[in-house]
Amino acid sequence: MDHSEVEHGKMDHGKEDAGRANHGDHSGHDMKPKPMTQNPQAQSGPPNAADAIWGADAMRASRKALYNGHGNMSLYWFQGDRLEYRAREGEDGYLWDVQGYYGNDTDKFWFKSEGEGSFGEEIEQAEVQALWSRAIGPFFDLQAGVRQDFHGAERTYLVLGAQGVAPYFLEIDIATFLSNKGDLTARIEGEYDHRLTQKLILQPRAEINLSAQDIPELEIGSVVDSIEAGLRLRYEITPEFAPYIGIEQEWKLGGSRDFAIADGEDPSVTNYVIGLRFWF
Amino acid sequence: MIKAFNNSLPDPSRRTFIQSLAGVAALASLPMPAWASGKMGGTLRNGMDEVSGPNVHLHIADGMFHSDNRSGHGIGLNGTIPGPLIRLREGTRANLMIHNMLHEDSSVHWHGLLLPFQYDGVPGLSFPGIKPSGNFTAEFDVRQSGTYWYHSHSGLQEQMGHYGPIIIDPEGKDPVEYDREHVILLSEFTDMHPHKIMKKLKVAEGYFSQQKTATFDDYDMSVEERLMWGRMRMMPTDIADVSAPTYTYMINGHGPADNLELPFESGERVRLRFINGSAMTFFNIRIPGLPMTVVQADGQNVMPTEVDEFQIGIAETYDVIVTPKAGTFALAAESMDRSGMAQATLTSQLGQHAKFPMLRDPPLLSMVDMGHGGMAEGGHDRHGGGGHSGHASMDKEQMDHSQMDHSKMNHGSPKTPMPEMDHSGHDMRAMKMRDTSLLPASVKVGPGIDMVAMNPQDRMGYPGLGLDNVPHRVLNYKMLRALNPDDNHREPDREMELHLTGNMERYMWSFDGKKYSSVSDSPLRFAYDEKVRVKLVNDTMMAHPIHLHGIFFELVNGAGHAQPKKHTVIVQPGSSATFDATFNEPGDWAFHCHLLYHMHAGMMQTVSVAFPDKIDQ
Repeated sequence: MDHSEVEHGKMDHGKEDAGRANHGDHSGHDMKPKPMTQNPQAQSGPPNAADAIWGADAMRASRKALYNGHGNMSLYWFQGDRLEYRAREGEDGYLWDVQGYYGNDTDKFWFKSEGEGSFGEEIEQAEVQALWSRAIGPFFDLQAGVRQDFHGAERTYLVLGAQGVAPYFLEIDIATFLSNKGDLTARIEGEYDHRLTQKLILQPRAEINLSAQDIPELEIGSVVDSIEAGLRLRYEITPEFAPYIGIEQEWKLGGSRDFAIADGEDPSVTNYVIGLRFWF
Repeated sequence: MIKAFNNSLPDPSRRTFIQSLAGVAALASLPMPAWASGKMGGTLRNGMDEVSGPNVHLHIADGMFHSDNRSGHGIGLNGTIPGPLIRLREGTRANLMIHNMLHEDSSVHWHGLLLPFQYDGVPGLSFPGIKPSGNFTAEFDVRQSGTYWYHSHSGLQEQMGHYGPIIIDPEGKDPVEYDREHVILLSEFTDMHPHKIMKKLKVAEGYFSQQKTATFDDYDMSVEERLMWGRMRMMPTDIADVSAPTYTYMINGHGPADNLELPFESGERVRLRFINGSAMTFFNIRIPGLPMTVVQADGQNVMPTEVDEFQIGIAETYDVIVTPKAGTFALAAESMDRSGMAQATLTSQLGQHAKFPMLRDPPLLSMVDMGHGGMAEGGHDRHGGGGHSGHASMDKEQMDHSQMDHSKMNHGSPKTPMPEMDHSGHDMRAMKMRDTSLLPASVKVGPGIDMVAMNPQDRMGYPGLGLDNVPHRVLNYKMLRALNPDDNHREPDREMELHLTGNMERYMWSFDGKKYSSVSDSPLRFAYDEKVRVKLVNDTMMAHPIHLHGIFFELVNGAGHAQPKKHTVIVQPGSSATFDATFNEPGDWAFHCHLLYHMHAGMMQTVSVAFPDKIDQ
């Protein structure tokens, strides 16, 4: 490591005679745009100047750290978007809607889980998604992966979707699902954070579930299966920790509505919710 | 010629130094400071001590630091934050010995100093970095004078306190006459770990701002304007990525509540050497009732010019002369987003504290900052400036710009007009926010670019966000003229254009759409002694202080042969800035945005200057 022996005079600076600047050549001293071509001598510098001083071995690790430390970071994020108690006619219910990722600016492993049910009854819906999320534009990621359902008729799906921020800061999550039984369904979710103050935020939210076919085992009718529309008011004690109250209306439509009525269920349910949104 | 040694080798100079210091401490019956005994976790004091060259020892160590009402973990040099003032003299040979007592690698970059590139202090670029318990000596001829500073170039250590001032006294007579001087090193302190800050910036846009638009805010914006910003997925309040209350703004390591006093005697010419050593904060500097004569910028003497306020970008320095009469004066350094202030009292009587001005209302970004220059400059900054207090009392009718007849406004700023744009009815729908066809082929279009400036203007004459409407004199780059004009009248050999690119939502920052992590083998290459005119085009809505290591460039500001030399230039949002650089310092140099978290996100490049052709010399 003792580089005190290194002498500049003996250093090989590469092909320095590759070409000299012809500086004095500008006959017309006007300031019109000059060509953006490079002086060939510009290319004559060593690939890494510091290697000649400190040695390539000494520089290697720090150079790697330098590049990684300037733009190549990966991080994790976990968000409980909706963790809530739902008061309604009949048995009250619960719902979770969480997501998280690990990855860099353009490629991430993305995890999502949603589920809901009524207290004292079997769980209505529970699913987990594992996705690869790839930035395809400044505001949107393309997401592909699998979804596993854990309730009733357990199914596995292929997932293809997109998630990101639409104009007006609308947070959009669109996904299509192809099940191992060949059923094709889709889900469109949209959320918008409207700041009333710096800490008090009103969040309208909508979700539409679609299906390309009737799926009697899942009591889903074709085309529009269900619509949810909600309004939540949260208070950000910190941006990471925000309790909320809200109201959400669910409608089952078409064939799904018929399935619900046949089961003695109300196809239209109003939930009064209290919950927590957090991330870390 | 080159001295480098690591912990496996004995370091006689350091041992001798510590022994002698221990001796001094024993003689004076004082406890030896923790940093000198190699212990960590001690207490770091508020700066500012002074060490004089040519031989200087710097010990980097961490500890607890207190400023204002905030305590937290910090990294100091020789036991203080900021580190000691290093005083050198032009024409001497500096011998700066660094001792790393951290548990991680560290480094010191001598910001603005001309020296062989291998001592410039960027790990991985100019040298291998300094290992824990390791040492490094930078030895070089001091061939300049002025106000400079130093800081870590390792990770995010700079945010934690690893910085300090440098003054180089000129070899001959100083053209600036003064009776007394004070260093004013501006910075921030936070007890939030910088890695945590970086993560929050990445995952939550606007996390640190308490000044976002909301239903119940005081911003005088029409519903249409609010919708327009929302449609673009941009925030008009996106002025500082990190701000108070996360930050305590400091002068020489002292927060406002520390009541820092800077003494003077009536009638003295006092030289204030301002250094913006902060990680992320532009400051607006005022001393109400006391005009300031700017005499130096980035260590280079300029023609004296008197102002009442100036904005200082991260990494810039300005020297000013003030001549106060007896009394107290408030030195107010307000953050550009006006979330907080660093304060010190200039006083002829110690113990008396000045009354500080209130924070002014936060400014807003405008059409010009989106790169639609020359379109709606009249509407710019309708909120900031004038120091109005409390918008509730404001005459809304007078302030209602939505009624303005835009077609009658004078859009013909002295710059390029935009005839093809439709000004009638303020129709922002017609504007494209991200027309990538406007970008040169050198820019890589991808998710990292959320905006392309449609009509970027050169804004050398712009005083800085929020200062274009204040009722007093404010410095701008066009007012800077070199004291000693360049007598080497050379035209640039070529021109190049570099785009500053970013994505606010994803917190990605880069040059030409390429993060530093992706350009490792393609530096910006220059011939030795080549003179290049570099145009920086800012395709983002933030102001970026762009710093070139090792080489001074001249701002192309219309001053002809008196173009001022600088090491850092602020490129205003949606605008361009141009400099001429003569690449006469061979080697690899860092070139980056000096917003610490922008650099960390990838807004950096290597400038590689070829070595001179020895045959020709």
